[in-house]
Amino acid sequence: MSSETGSHGTGSDEIVPENEKLPGEHGHQGHSVAVLDEDPFADPGLPPHEHRVQDIDERAARRSERTVALLFTVSMLATVAFIASYVAFPIDKIVYVWPLGHVSALNLSLGLSLGMALFCIGAAAVHWARTLMSDVEIADERHPIEAEPEVKQKVLADFRQGAEESQLGRRKLVRHTMLGALTLLPLSGLVLLRDLGPLPGTKMRHTAWKKGKLLINENTNEPLKPEDIVVGSLAFAKPEGLEREDHDFATEIAKAALMLVRIEPDDIKDKRSLDWSHEGILAYSKICTHVGCPVSLYEQQTHHVLCPCHQSTFDLSDGARVLFGPAGHPLPQLKISVNKDGYLEAQGDFAEPVGPAFWERG
Amino acid sequence: MSTTTTNAPGAGAPGKRKAPAGEKVADWADGRLGIYTLAKANMRKIFPDHWSFMLGEIALYSFIIIILTGVYLTLFFTPSMGEIEYHGSYVPMHGVVMSEAYASTLDISFDVRGGLLIRQIHHWGALIFIAAMLMHMMRVFFTGAFRKPRELNWMFGFLLLILGMFTGLTGYSLPDDLLSGTGIRFMHGAILSTPVVGTYVAMFLFGGEFPGHDIIPRFFAIHVLLLPGIMLGLLTAHLILVFYHKHTQWAGPGKTNKNVVGMPLLPVYMAKAGGFFFLVFGVIAMIAATFTINPIWVLGPYRPDQVSTNAQPDWYMGFPEGLIRFMPGWEINIWGHTLVMGVFIPLMLLPVVLTAIAVYPFVESWVTGDKREHHILDRPRNVPTRTGFGAAWIAAYLVLLIGGGNDVVAQFFHLSINAITWFVRIGFFVVPVLTFIITKRICLGLQRKDREKVLHGRESGIIKRLPHGEFIEVHEPLAQEDLHTLTAHEQYRPTEIGPDTDEHGVRRKVGPVEKLRARLSKGYYGEDAQIAKPTAEEYKEITSGHGHH
Repeated sequence: MSSETGSHGTGSDEIVPENEKLPGEHGHQGHSVAVLDEDPFADPGLPPHEHRVQDIDERAARRSERTVALLFTVSMLATVAFIASYVAFPIDKIVYVWPLGHVSALNLSLGLSLGMALFCIGAAAVHWARTLMSDVEIADERHPIEAEPEVKQKVLADFRQGAEESQLGRRKLVRHTMLGALTLLPLSGLVLLRDLGPLPGTKMRHTAWKKGKLLINENTNEPLKPEDIVVGSLAFAKPEGLEREDHDFATEIAKAALMLVRIEPDDIKDKRSLDWSHEGILAYSKICTHVGCPVSLYEQQTHHVLCPCHQSTFDLSDGARVLFGPAGHPLPQLKISVNKDGYLEAQGDFAEPVGPAFWERG
Repeated sequence: MSTTTTNAPGAGAPGKRKAPAGEKVADWADGRLGIYTLAKANMRKIFPDHWSFMLGEIALYSFIIIILTGVYLTLFFTPSMGEIEYHGSYVPMHGVVMSEAYASTLDISFDVRGGLLIRQIHHWGALIFIAAMLMHMMRVFFTGAFRKPRELNWMFGFLLLILGMFTGLTGYSLPDDLLSGTGIRFMHGAILSTPVVGTYVAMFLFGGEFPGHDIIPRFFAIHVLLLPGIMLGLLTAHLILVFYHKHTQWAGPGKTNKNVVGMPLLPVYMAKAGGFFFLVFGVIAMIAATFTINPIWVLGPYRPDQVSTNAQPDWYMGFPEGLIRFMPGWEINIWGHTLVMGVFIPLMLLPVVLTAIAVYPFVESWVTGDKREHHILDRPRNVPTRTGFGAAWIAAYLVLLIGGGNDVVAQFFHLSINAITWFVRIGFFVVPVLTFIITKRICLGLQRKDREKVLHGRESGIIKRLPHGEFIEVHEPLAQEDLHTLTAHEQYRPTEIGPDTDEHGVRRKVGPVEKLRARLSKGYYGEDAQIAKPTAEEYKEITSGHGHH
């Protein structure tokens, strides 16, 4: 033991005995008491019980009793009110209640009556306990959690005997094969988890975009033309052939969602970005490269786009470079052009995986 | 012998008293469960009284409330990502394609009478549950109630907090609304950042690519069965240990490390604790009636290409959110692989932040080397280093909460979001250190005040003029009870490594671990870390010498 306790200014050489597991709070009863005739800080013991008004005045006690009974009665009434509200208020009835505003009458009345019914039972019980039940403090003994040495010896002896009788230590063959069997067994459970999902393969490298696929306006469901996108506006597009009703719509749109802006070609700083655009129309993945939220707050003066989830900011005029925030790389750009009918079309899939980075992304 | 029935009540031997019905039932149960032996130890078990002891009760009761309301919700909720067109009572959503999970949540809110109330009690209950657990944990921390023999119960409580957070996360994700779907998206991205296995784990958890069709039913099983099942087991163990260890108590007259002073379970605590359950439930019901929470009908169904602004998780997920938001976007590409440090470091910091507080009891007991049981609570001021550490942890937590809500803070206070993010980046490291130093100083100041009070008494407010014209304030000596209470705490002395050489003059080997321990011990209990409490001699000298003043 290196840290000793110096309690109550007793001699500095006081050492707590090793076997003293439950020390009294005060070390003065020991040898140090001899120095002082009386310890001014000694524990005076439990203070005498102070009577409450209910303990000495029966009328006060009866008042308490009536208060408790009243609270229980209010609770009963509240339960009746709950049932009445359930029957009386149609579920779609909206009422104006100050200061809550327009709220559902049913929800409000059910909640308040249920709350009142519950609260009053609680208040009654607590008031009962505080004013009528005895408030005399009682001291209970504590006993050390640790077993007595004899108990410990007995248990250890029992264990040794049991272990010996099992012959686990002696029969090495039994022991090793048992450990082997128990170690292997959980593998079955692990193997069973295999079909939780497919292996990644190259799934995350491909999206629904292909060469020649039209850019469909998310709002109108019509193919987009260059003139639909004016400088300063932000348009969202999905690949042709992907419909809301499709079974895998969510999974496909989670990768294919596209964001279109038009920037004056002179303002586009990134050379490749300019090459992949059409008349200044740039198509970027809408899925943030941080953890995959759709970036959607566009600042048309600066051409910055902000992800509302974690505030990664990308500069769309400079290859969607990360300006600020936790994203680690630019938004992938989709190479687009115009087909012979004058509609915007993809020149292929994204050149790199969209969305959050992952180990195999490279 | 009578020919009529001999088993009829009251047909026993003459002179035997007639047992009341309740006693007979108890006898029956005792013969099978041994309830009398159980009740002997527990029926009149003593529980000390203090307001801070009821924080754990709030957690316990809100957990029960969550289970009750949760079972009700499962009767109406459809955990499916199958897509349907909505035609229920909520007109603005008519014709919208959505998952069955979202549609059934709309039904619970608009077609099941009282369904909205139960949903809101469930959600409010969850928020309060985790807040109460955290507060309860702080109470245990700052009063040293985690010391031997309660370290394991501290760990159980800690696990309950973590599991509670994840049960909350999987729960608020179930309605498949635009906000919670975004939360799942974030989780998916975080898993993907894990080196080597991240992609595989994500594929297996989601049953394919994000979002797929499996995550809601899987979260449902985790949320209603797996996690609450484990939590119920841990909670039972937690409560059994509370009973077994008996409750801690504050120092005071008549209260020692060997007793527990308070009122008996039957009837006082039965009534107080039982009543408190109804109070907690009642308050949560009234909150649910008046304050709308998670109005999923406003948010709309989840679509991976849509998002709302002010996307915030429930408050208890705010600090991981802060970690992910303040991290710079570091990404390292080596040998064709990507290390997504910008996401992975925060993901790893989350367990580090939590483990720091979880393992604290073991660190402290290692520093003190104290192997004794402790049942008397510490006043936080009397253990300045521990209190400083706890305050620093809370400070880091709060800084991260600000970081997690940086967009909300920016909007509310009209500040630059970049400035807030930078504040969090620096503050995460600086604020806890400052908090530690300041808290420790405050504790030392309070210790000095206690010392002053013990030695010189309480300021009475009475000004006395002495014969030679000096004005003094009369100090009243403290009562014996107060003197005892203020000096009841133990003060450790720092560990000493001892001389470099042993008694034969041979150099002793002192390992680096031992040196670290000595240094920590000095930091905890050295001269700068605590104010020596008054000794009886000091007190006597002052009080007997020249009166008190």
